[in-house]
Amino acid sequence: MDKGIIYLDHAATTYVKPEVFEAMKPWFTEYYGNPSAIYSLGRQSKKAIEEARAQIAYCLGAHPTEIFFTGSGTEADNWAIKGTALANQKKGKHVITTVIEHHAVLEAFDFLRKEEGFEVTYLPVNENGLVNPEDLKKAIRPDTTLVSIMYANNEIGTIQPIHELASIAREKGVVFHTDSVQAIGNIAVNVKELDVDLLSLSAHKFYGPKGVGALYVRKGIKMESFIHGGAQERKRRAGTENVPGVIGMAAALKLAYDNLEDYNNHLGKLSSRFIEKVLERIPYVHLNGDREQRLPGNVNFSFRFVEGESLLLMLDMKGIQASSGSACTSGSLDPSHVLLAIGLSHEIAHGSLRITFGEKNTEEEVDYLVDTLEEIVEKLRKMSPLYEEFVKNH
Amino acid sequence: MYSEKVMDHFTNPRNVGEIENADGIGQVGNAKCGDIMKVYLKIENDIIVDVKFKTFGCGAAVATSSMATELIKGKTLDEASKITNKAVTEALGGLPPVKMHCSVLAEEAVIAAIDDYKKKMGMDVPDTRCSGCCGKCGDTRTE
Repeated sequence: MDKGIIYLDHAATTYVKPEVFEAMKPWFTEYYGNPSAIYSLGRQSKKAIEEARAQIAYCLGAHPTEIFFTGSGTEADNWAIKGTALANQKKGKHVITTVIEHHAVLEAFDFLRKEEGFEVTYLPVNENGLVNPEDLKKAIRPDTTLVSIMYANNEIGTIQPIHELASIAREKGVVFHTDSVQAIGNIAVNVKELDVDLLSLSAHKFYGPKGVGALYVRKGIKMESFIHGGAQERKRRAGTENVPGVIGMAAALKLAYDNLEDYNNHLGKLSSRFIEKVLERIPYVHLNGDREQRLPGNVNFSFRFVEGESLLLMLDMKGIQASSGSACTSGSLDPSHVLLAIGLSHEIAHGSLRITFGEKNTEEEVDYLVDTLEEIVEKLRKMSPLYEEFVKNH
Repeated sequence: MYSEKVMDHFTNPRNVGEIENADGIGQVGNAKCGDIMKVYLKIENDIIVDVKFKTFGCGAAVATSSMATELIKGKTLDEASKITNKAVTEALGGLPPVKMHCSVLAEEAVIAAIDDYKKKMGMDVPDTRCSGCCGKCGDTRTE
């Protein structure tokens, strides 16, 4: 087997599909006009981004005027949260989110709390990472203006019952945002069926380019502009549009929606094979997240007695690119807030490994991964004082 | 992120293992922090004739453990007691700033093992140096 790189971190980012890259190319070099310009070269760009907008709207079940381009998923999240909370603060300064959100969401809420005097309620999750809709019902107050709950979790892949949660917010007249950055490309997301008010996405998670995202804003939602300047995006998000980027995003989204079923089947097969083999061959392993309600390509294991960064470094030496929720890989002193929120002890959370499969991964790669993991985990356990202690006591 | 020397000590750690009937054993750190280091010493005539370690932790924790054991092997207890995290880090060609606390752990584990030996021999043991990293008081990583 080719011992080159085996990429298993598709939740971090994906490569740009060749078809997507082809669609983008002329817009860098040949058709470079500014979409705001009135001459033909500019009009051509304007037409292209409006077609891209229509394509994205079509996939998501939205109206084109409800799609706004951003520079990233993080920007879309920040805009959705700060933009609506600040625009509606006369109504109230209470907002709700969950303990397992991406930092783009958590930090935006932190900003509201610390700088703008908002009160934030953080909904808990169960041991599989699922939010209980009853908790949301209880948390909504007369002064609540916004609820933000992620569609699918980036670490453990858990998929939330967004339609049910959004309906609760709708009944109480509270704006509902979902960070669907990880869900798009894996789930046939439709904003009307979900009945959400705001939804963020990021192109590089579904084989599109980096540096471009979008925010769906349901017609009639009151929110402040986030980036001030020119009249782009109907004066709500200034800045010359990333023309090749949005064209790439639209092309990638269309491909994702066209191939959703095959893609999910492929990822599901790889994940099942991986999970079964690991559970069969490596002892003292914990599968994190929900077994059913999860993204098809996400597998998150904790290997007891070993530490995640060491695991990643050794996998990297064998050509395998993966991710961990260990503190040492997060740049902070605590392991992942998601793993702690689902009730894992620090020790178990430090030994986590996230594998996110993609289009090009094969069953042979899964087998190589399992063989390599078995070897590495054994090596690390042999030098782990925790394992030594465990063996002596059992 | 890591220097070649760190990666070398991480990939091929020196002195990994246990010593049966070790003369001194020191264990520092805790699982909450994400790293634990255990050092075993074999001591003859005040000289560390053998040393082994086991570490649960990141690449830097493993590499500093390995380097620290190399630095004290064959040394007298007095010499070994003077080990500092600075010396371990320098011998490894440096560590990323966020990983500096790992080198403190290696220093503390060596000292703890020496202290353990001294206690067994009925010798005076000074108060353990505290970097806030050993986990003994639960107030971890405050440095």
